Amino acid sequence: MTLRHLRHRHSALWLAALAHRLSGLALAVFLPLHFLTLGLAIRGEAPLESFLRWSDQPLVKLAESALIFLLMLHMFGGLRLLVIENLSWRDGQKQAATIVAGVSAAIAFFLLARMF
Amino acid sequence: MSLWRGGEKGRYETYKVPLRENQTVLDVVTFVQRHLDPTLSYRFACRVGMCGSCAMTVNGRPRWTCRTHVSRVATRGQLEIGPLENLPVIKDLTTDMRPFFEKWQQAKGAFVPSQTRGDEIERIRPDSPARIAADAAIECINCAICYAACDTVRWNSDYLGPAALNRAWTLVNDVRDGATSERLQAVAASGGCHACHSHQSCQELCPQQLNPTASIAGLKRRTMWAYLKGEI
Ligand code: SF4
Ligand code: SF4
Ligand code: FES
Repeated sequence: MTLRHLRHRHSALWLAALAHRLSGLALAVFLPLHFLTLGLAIRGEAPLESFLRWSDQPLVKLAESALIFLLMLHMFGGLRLLVIENLSWRDGQKQAATIVAGVSAAIAFFLLARMF
Repeated sequence: MSLWRGGEKGRYETYKVPLRENQTVLDVVTFVQRHLDPTLSYRFACRVGMCGSCAMTVNGRPRWTCRTHVSRVATRGQLEIGPLENLPVIKDLTTDMRPFFEKWQQAKGAFVPSQTRGDEIERIRPDSPARIAADAAIECINCAICYAACDTVRWNSDYLGPAALNRAWTLVNDVRDGATSERLQAVAASGGCHACHSHQSCQELCPQQLNPTASIAGLKRRTMWAYLKGEI
């Protein structure tokens, strides 16, 4: 795909599909790391403790809320697709996709604010 | 303006054409062929948005060129016109539409009568839900703009594509048709309706303002129920 191809690929819905794909990939990469962390808890308190201390840094917190954003985006975006495919058609999908992004950002931002 | 010349491995070549009030993209392509280079190949027939043969990629976006005004799409007096994407290029602006139409056949896009000419003409209420669904999708002009715009077609050469599936949906809703279960089987197979990602690029760019995404979603539901009921 070249820049030429991107010229009709910038509508809200195309971007929503792209965001859905990328957030899915990012979550697939994140999940093993998440389980690794949970595994630390099984191995004893010390490794988990040191991990938790590491995760207390601002940059890590920022990354965590970005992950939450991706998770929400993927979940609500997936719900939007399920509605399209399983219920009768409703217009306003662009608005729906924008709301999905907005609500996801709001939730991630709320959690970020609470972490500090 | 620059026009794609040659086959699959061609290149864009530049031409100067007069800027006139009220001209379509098809008009300027025709100007090049009539006045600058008679070897230019392109397709058109009706020039009024009915036959679906004039679709090309105009400034990166698939469009029906006979109904697209230059003034609406030219950027800084420039146009770049190429053949439709997702189809093999024959020469210049003409693509080989065979894969597109073969997929209509694969999706069982031909009407299969369930009665004979000796039977009474069937009465169909225009306000019945099935007819409303069929009517909403029926005005396709086979221009392949949706097919050229669809990323799933690009990724998966077996995918039947928005237009063929949209056609299948109109027939599934046609009570006179006698091949519903074969058709549902055909569109539920690999490369059928379930391959669609509901991107809606097809709906966004269809010049007839049809909504193939909605038709395909309808097929997804219909095939799922037919499968659960053991009909396919
Ligand atoms: S909604 Fe389906 S058919 Fe339409 S462009 Fe997207 S993937 Fe293709
Ligand atoms: S569905 Fe629309 S874009 Fe696709 S072939 Fe038919 S008229 Fe053209
Ligand atoms: S020439 Fe027939 S649709 Fe454009």
